[in-house]
Amino acid sequence: MTFWKYKELLKELVLRDLKVKYRRSVLGYIWSILNPLLMMLVIALFFSYMFRFQIENYPVYLICGQVIYNFFSDATRQSMHSILHGGALIKKVKLPKYIFPMARSISSFINMLFSLVAVVLVMIITRAPLSLTILLFPLPLIYLFFISMGVGMILSVLVVYFRDIEHLYGIFLLALMYASPIFYPISALPPTAAFIIKFNPLYHIMIMFRDVMYFGTLPSLRDNVVCLAFTLLSMGLGLIFFKKYQDNLVLNI
Amino acid sequence: MAEYAVEVHNVSMRFNLAREKVDSLKEYFIRNVKKNLARDEFYAVKDVSFNIEKGDSFAIVGLNGSGKSTLLKMIAGIYKPTSGHIVVRGSVAPMIELGAGFDQDLTAAENVFLNGAVLGYSRSYIREYFKSIIDFAELWDFVDVPIKNFSSGMKARLGFAIATTVEPDILIVDEILSVGDAKFKQKCEQRMAEMKAKGVTMILVSHSMDQVLKTCNKAMWINKGNMMCIGDVKEVCARYSAQT
Repeated sequence: MTFWKYKELLKELVLRDLKVKYRRSVLGYIWSILNPLLMMLVIALFFSYMFRFQIENYPVYLICGQVIYNFFSDATRQSMHSILHGGALIKKVKLPKYIFPMARSISSFINMLFSLVAVVLVMIITRAPLSLTILLFPLPLIYLFFISMGVGMILSVLVVYFRDIEHLYGIFLLALMYASPIFYPISALPPTAAFIIKFNPLYHIMIMFRDVMYFGTLPSLRDNVVCLAFTLLSMGLGLIFFKKYQDNLVLNI
Repeated sequence: MAEYAVEVHNVSMRFNLAREKVDSLKEYFIRNVKKNLARDEFYAVKDVSFNIEKGDSFAIVGLNGSGKSTLLKMIAGIYKPTSGHIVVRGSVAPMIELGAGFDQDLTAAENVFLNGAVLGYSRSYIREYFKSIIDFAELWDFVDVPIKNFSSGMKARLGFAIATTVEPDILIVDEILSVGDAKFKQKCEQRMAEMKAKGVTMILVSHSMDQVLKTCNKAMWINKGNMMCIGDVKEVCARYSAQT
């Protein structure tokens, strides 16, 4: 199995990403915690005065949604550039190319784990009830990891052939942000929107994540099935697409 | 019977020329509409077959643009041949361009581990060789300096040291010794002679007939993607020199 042979490389690439991310910044990894906190504060201040949604403990609701969206956005965007960025290597050495989007997804995941500290901090500060279901937090995150990796693999190949994707994807991410229940309650949606939003995998991941972190309930079987279906779909498409085009990548970088 | 280190069977490589490369959506649609997606095709290597025996030092000679590097990249597994197939037995250390694949923001030491992993070696394995790598590259004063502050000669030294210290079965060398000063060049040649003595198979592309004659025992001449002749290094070099 070639993957096993390259696990060391995967490790090195992930370490590289993590080392480079905050190199030369004074606070370093504290930024991974500080960033979601500050962003949550800005949005919370803004929306508490503008809309006054009927949401109990809005900061926790908000930061839970934000962590999910930010991870998806970061992981897919990082993966998208991974092949282009690794071009120098791909042109000089034989490598399994999937290792690049994979490494970026993993390093992004590790960053996201840091931001969970911010979630816990907000929960403690706002005296949110801490329930044992919190221990289930890896479940939605693992679904999300594989969904992001599948999307990232497709993007990483597409962007080599069409550089426009880079710019288009920024717009897509913005649309996705508004189509995800990050700062509004699901009940605020009109019926049509409430139906359409179900096709957004982040919607289901956010529900599950909030179930365990915010509501203190177990994720339902149905949500698990839906998330698993999205995971399989994303990884399946990602792998098929990647396999089909990977051999010609080197000629187009 | 000796097993071959590399077998090349009827290998061809086709490129679509860069001026026809479509890399934006707009262009793609325009061309689609114009039914103009037919590309200029170009064969860099045409139906080439040969074998390299274990322990041989094999040179590939030819003019610029004759397909030498394409052939090397196919043997190294970087390009997949358009048709035909290649069998490679043993681990390959490609030195297609020294210092490629260094991460500019990482220090020299961190890059040694990254580059080692690229060649398939674990952190603990590289740690064993770390001292000899830096010794050879003579970079002890710069171990913790980011690579972006290195001169091209320093990068080349480090790249050469990593690729040759870890003892591959097959070493692929593409005109890399043109960088670096005379002292380093001499050191590299000595290192390559040592590897040859240990039985490492070497595949070399060079424009310097002197170097080819000095280091290789077999050679192949390739012109515009066609194999012109193959065999003993002196014979091939003589014919190549006579023709050009």
